[in-house]
Amino acid sequence: MTNLAVPRDLPLPLPGTALEFQIAIVLLFLAHILFVNLMLGSTVLALFAQWRGRGDPDYDQLARELAGMVTVHKSLAVVLGVAPLLVANVYYTNHFYGANALTGTAWIMVVPLVALAFLLTYAYKYSWDVLSERRGLHMAIGAAGAAIFLAVPLIFLANINLMLFPERWGEVRGFLSTLALPNVLPRYLHFLLASLAVTGLFAAGWFGRASYPAAETFRVLGRDDLRRHFLGIAFGASALQFVAGPLLLFTLPERGVNWRLILLLGFGVAAALVAVWRLWREMLERRAGLGRGFAVVVVALSVTVVFMATTRHYYRERSLAPHREMIAARTTGFQALALGARMREAAGILDTGATEAAFASPGQKTFMIQCNACHAVGEVRVGPPLDEIATLYADDPQGLIAWVKAPGRKREDYPRMPAVRLTEEQYRDVAGYVLGREWEGQ
Amino acid sequence: MDFPIFHLDFLGNRLLIALIAILHVYMSHALAVGSIPLITIMEWRGMRTGDERWDRLAYKVLLTCFVLTTSVGALTGVGIWFSTSLVNPAAIGSLIRVFFWVWFFEWFLFFAEVALIMAYFLTWKRWTGPRKGMHVAFGAVLTFFSWLTMAVISAILGFMMDPGSWIEQRFLLNGVLNPIYLPQLVFRTGMAMVAAGFFSMFLAYFFTRRNRDFRAAAVRGISLWSLAWLPVGLLGGYWYRSVVPEWMAENYPVALTSQNFVQWEGTLLTIMGAMAAVGALIALWGAIAPRRLPRVALLAPFVLAIVLMGWFERVREFVRKPYIIADYMYANGLLVEDYPLLRSEGLLPHASYVGSRGVDPDDRETAGRDVFLLACTRCHTTDGMNGIVQKLRDLYGEPPWNRDVVKSYVLSMHNTRPFMPPFPGNDPEAGALADWLVTLPDRPETLAGAQSAGIAPPAGTGERPKEPGS
Repeated sequence: MTNLAVPRDLPLPLPGTALEFQIAIVLLFLAHILFVNLMLGSTVLALFAQWRGRGDPDYDQLARELAGMVTVHKSLAVVLGVAPLLVANVYYTNHFYGANALTGTAWIMVVPLVALAFLLTYAYKYSWDVLSERRGLHMAIGAAGAAIFLAVPLIFLANINLMLFPERWGEVRGFLSTLALPNVLPRYLHFLLASLAVTGLFAAGWFGRASYPAAETFRVLGRDDLRRHFLGIAFGASALQFVAGPLLLFTLPERGVNWRLILLLGFGVAAALVAVWRLWREMLERRAGLGRGFAVVVVALSVTVVFMATTRHYYRERSLAPHREMIAARTTGFQALALGARMREAAGILDTGATEAAFASPGQKTFMIQCNACHAVGEVRVGPPLDEIATLYADDPQGLIAWVKAPGRKREDYPRMPAVRLTEEQYRDVAGYVLGREWEGQ
Repeated sequence: MDFPIFHLDFLGNRLLIALIAILHVYMSHALAVGSIPLITIMEWRGMRTGDERWDRLAYKVLLTCFVLTTSVGALTGVGIWFSTSLVNPAAIGSLIRVFFWVWFFEWFLFFAEVALIMAYFLTWKRWTGPRKGMHVAFGAVLTFFSWLTMAVISAILGFMMDPGSWIEQRFLLNGVLNPIYLPQLVFRTGMAMVAAGFFSMFLAYFFTRRNRDFRAAAVRGISLWSLAWLPVGLLGGYWYRSVVPEWMAENYPVALTSQNFVQWEGTLLTIMGAMAAVGALIALWGAIAPRRLPRVALLAPFVLAIVLMGWFERVREFVRKPYIIADYMYANGLLVEDYPLLRSEGLLPHASYVGSRGVDPDDRETAGRDVFLLACTRCHTTDGMNGIVQKLRDLYGEPPWNRDVVKSYVLSMHNTRPFMPPFPGNDPEAGALADWLVTLPDRPETLAGAQSAGIAPPAGTGERPKEPGS
């Protein structure tokens, strides 16, 4: 870890225990990502259905139903994103903010990009009838929103990945270079498949439920067709995770991997196997409503997701642990140094380090530090030169001090002088230096 | 010091935050907190009088507010976090540590607000007839939640200006109950309601085109709303203003107050005055003779409100200088309590993400650049917004500048410019900074932040110096 910089932590206590924050971030993040998955998946599937539905009013209607959901999903996705962001800010302060800064341009672009995508989503939803004669334009609006929804997760993933590897921060030159770090692209693939799986499952439940008025909404498509369509999407995407998952695991730097992590992962994979197997059976079965198998799939996939999120968190904790210890040690060390300096300052014995020049008198020192920026010998800097001042106040040090404390404006050819705050002793010293013409011959 | 340094050398870091924050302040005050009660009243009026035009206008205003607040409003709110954590991670990080539970509660309210506004909007066309009364009541509940989100966030903003007894006691409620809290909340409430009236007036211009009679009625109703809230905003503003100077007066000698504070006070007064005068005039006109009100007068207050709100927030941000968290952290992100150490040993040996570990006598300019990155870039650019080259030009005329003069200015500026934090480094670092500053007019390149240059020194500036002792 030769390139590893060790910063200090903020010298304020965490407003809770580490365990509380760890549990909070795993659960709150899952709630957020669920709606991000639904937002992205529904947008992509709506576009697909609309494209498939050229000339087929049923698929056009299906697209419309899906697009109608996106605006709700997206509002929940953003509001539920605030809480895990808050926890990440407080619990991973150095690592999270560090990664944000290194990808800063892309990171701040998230704000206008997502706002624009949301407006496009509203436009897509509310212009369905208005643009019914101009389907190409209408689909382009939806596609523009979808493109942004597809791009933004890459920015988040790059950040979350980058914060795990502070020893590689020295190599980073902007956002694009962080994409080349191992693991970003496999994670992205994993996320895209999850979005399709989650949306497929949600839509199967939504359109397959007994109270859904399929007969009034569609001409030919029935509840059972819709249910099986979407279960098929969920099945396909989940099955592909068995390729994406191992890819993600093998590109993960080994530092945080141990047998406990593999075990946690194993529980998740076992639950996923159950889910995929029941999905397959549910998909093949023909019946009017949702069966018990559907509930099994939902439960099994939820178990998978909780185990995967816990595994991911466990890896993060292990990966960051050595660096965190170094940060804690440096923070404590620095605070001891700062406290020592404060005590020396209070006692009046603080060594302010080497100065570039030695001063002949306290008056000269104060003058050089406080006044020299504007007043000099024989030249007009910002205010009048010293000779002029010394002549003007020749026998009147109190007059000079009074002026310095509360200057007015005497002459139009100079900018107004600001008041200078010094101790009474410094005022006397400086007046002595200026009026005693100590500066002559320097 | 402890975070890679994000820096925008043309736009300036402060302006990045300002652009996002002002948009958010407008959206949250005018379109969320202020508009919901106004919409609810219009809906109620439509129900009571049986005049459906009120209902239609209310729905159109709600649709506009709903679409804008749940996209631009929500994202700029998150954007304030994104931008502040890029620009001053130490400050926002400290605020979050102190206010975590307040913010968490705020998030819960925010969640409730979003869920309620979705429900209020989506049930509008379904809850009709006998259920209309319940829908109006729903609007009242939503009004309360929207206002509550503002009531909570105001505690944090008040804290930044005056932490009250938190500095000594470090207890959460001390921060919440700081002395600026209530005045600011009253002022913001009045401002939000009046701005919502102006925004609805702006929308009424477009939504009542086809019906002149109804336009007059709508303009009169909305004008009365704005007029009713104007005194709250004015009294809140007056109360707020009377709380701020006490803090300033304690911190700065009277002489400085007379010189510098008067200008800020004057700015605040001008804001109040302009808002009161133009707003009251148009609202009064609208209430008395809505038919004679020129159409452009419906649009003007809307534009005025945006400008004035931005101005107010700028003044609020300015008066708390040189601190970002009063008495605790300076605007440069450095702690007041660390100053003795940094002034004695220097910034560079304690900084984590710059190349220099001290002032190298053979390459003073690189050290100077790193000092500038650490101590100045949160507010200044080299030659962009609030650029240091222009500041030096204002002081010392056209370059070349005298390096010794610049150095003594660096060391003493906080005495004459009380909004500037004292220079945090030691004497050789001030010298290195001056060495680098006087070369700036000859450097065509801009100063790159960590978002493009990374954290290692750019090529051509030499190797990273060895750790001391290695």
